[in-house]
Amino acid sequence: MEFLRPATWDEALAAKAENPSALPISGGTDVMVELNFDRHRPAALLDLNRISELTEWESGVYEGQEGEVIRLGAAVPYARITRELARQLPGLALAGNTVGSPQIRNRGSVGGNLGGASPAGDAHPALLAAGRDVFVEAASVRGTRLIAIDDFYVGVKRNSLEPDELIRAVRIPVADGPQQFSKIGTRNAMVIAVCAFGFALHPRSGTVGTGIGSAAPTPRRAVAAEEFLADELAERNLWATAG
Amino acid sequence: MRVTFNANGRQVEADDVWEGESLLFLLRERLGLPGSKNACEQGECGSCTVYLDGAPVCSCLVAAGQVQGREVRTVEGLADAETGLDPVQQAFIDAGAVQCGFCTPGLLVQTHDLLAREPQPSDNDIREALSGNLCRCTGYEKIMDAVRLASARTCSTSEVSQ
Ligand SMILES: Cc1cc2nc3c(=O)[nH]c(=O)nc-3n(C[C@H](O)[C@H](O)[C@H](O)COP(=O)(O)OP(=O)(O)OC[C@H]3O[C@@H](n4cnc5c(N)ncnc54)[C@H](O)[C@@H]3O)c2cc1C
Ligand code: FES
Ligand code: FES
Repeated sequence: MEFLRPATWDEALAAKAENPSALPISGGTDVMVELNFDRHRPAALLDLNRISELTEWESGVYEGQEGEVIRLGAAVPYARITRELARQLPGLALAGNTVGSPQIRNRGSVGGNLGGASPAGDAHPALLAAGRDVFVEAASVRGTRLIAIDDFYVGVKRNSLEPDELIRAVRIPVADGPQQFSKIGTRNAMVIAVCAFGFALHPRSGTVGTGIGSAAPTPRRAVAAEEFLADELAERNLWATAG
Repeated sequence: MRVTFNANGRQVEADDVWEGESLLFLLRERLGLPGSKNACEQGECGSCTVYLDGAPVCSCLVAAGQVQGREVRTVEGLADAETGLDPVQQAFIDAGAVQCGFCTPGLLVQTHDLLAREPQPSDNDIREALSGNLCRCTGYEKIMDAVRLASARTCSTSEVSQ
């Protein structure tokens, strides 16, 4: 096995282009379990820990997204999302705070959750609920492409990244209304969700966001419920009056 | 491959490290630091908890190569050569929170971090902080006592020294 340790983002993209089968490793909380149990023996590991941009987030305005957006580096651990972004991204912060244990939350990241694309990943329902204008920033030596969150999950543990692509960041609009996340598992700490649900109201666009985890091959929205609720709120004029 | 990093304040180096091996294996089998325990290798038990750049993590889930150039502090690095055991360690002994002791190293590191962030944690804070550390012997009550005791002692000494 090879251990590739790029020091910069450009080096990481070059390494992934040269070794498309190299397995990226960020927090390692999924990858190392596979390695420890010998379920998977990749030809190479591509360590992303040295790339500092991946552990940073910034706030800005981006084309195709309304209002303020958080560009969340792929490797920002859940513990920091909960600490630093609970106001801007309440749904994701709540979801992140249910992941594993404190030790897992100090390492595990949204980039890793997206990379694994498990239907039980807790970030997914929150990202879906945050809006159809949530984008995964997929980068390669060929350039950067924005994948809408609804197009990202394509099957059980399969996402729409190309073999030479890495996730640089996720662009998530700052909440413009209340958001919630809840999950059912067999006990409180460290559970894989039996079912998870993310929910967000978007008064600015008069839309409702939902995300359901662990209930289908991919995380998915409850589209009919979103539309029903948005219409009801509009009909009763509750969007404008905020309830 | 070769991995060089700082373990408990000292530069260490290991050669012929397998690319897929964990930091836990590296510490225990190559660097003579067997304090961190291996009970599950899947992040479930917390007995392998160490500080990585100041944050407690499961060392079984960190690839050895990922610690190149970084700082690791294990349970062996909690005691001070001059002042002896860390107050957290002393409190675990005094409260009878150690039975077989397999879970203890992880609990010590995790408690050490909790008290550094929150010197007077509520019972809820303690439960939350230790939710990733399993103990099959004590039933956790003595562990709760130990954390409360460490907190009380640390707070009273810092008042005295002020
Ligand atoms: C004890 C335990 C409890 C857990 N509990 C939960 C839970 O409650 N909820 C939950 O959702 N998950 C849980 N997990 C799973 C895991 O912690 C999460 O999926 C986490 O988000 C993974 O992030 P990571 O950075 O550790 O990923 P890694 O293990 O480093 O990587 C995961 C996958 O993503 C790929 N990848 C990583 N970064 C990138 C990138 N930048 N670009 C492209 N691909 C990338 C990797 O190649 C790999 O396929 C748990 C794991 C453990 C061990
Ligand atoms: S051995 Fe690492 S968490 Fe159990
Ligand atoms: S003292 Fe035996 S597992 Fe905790």
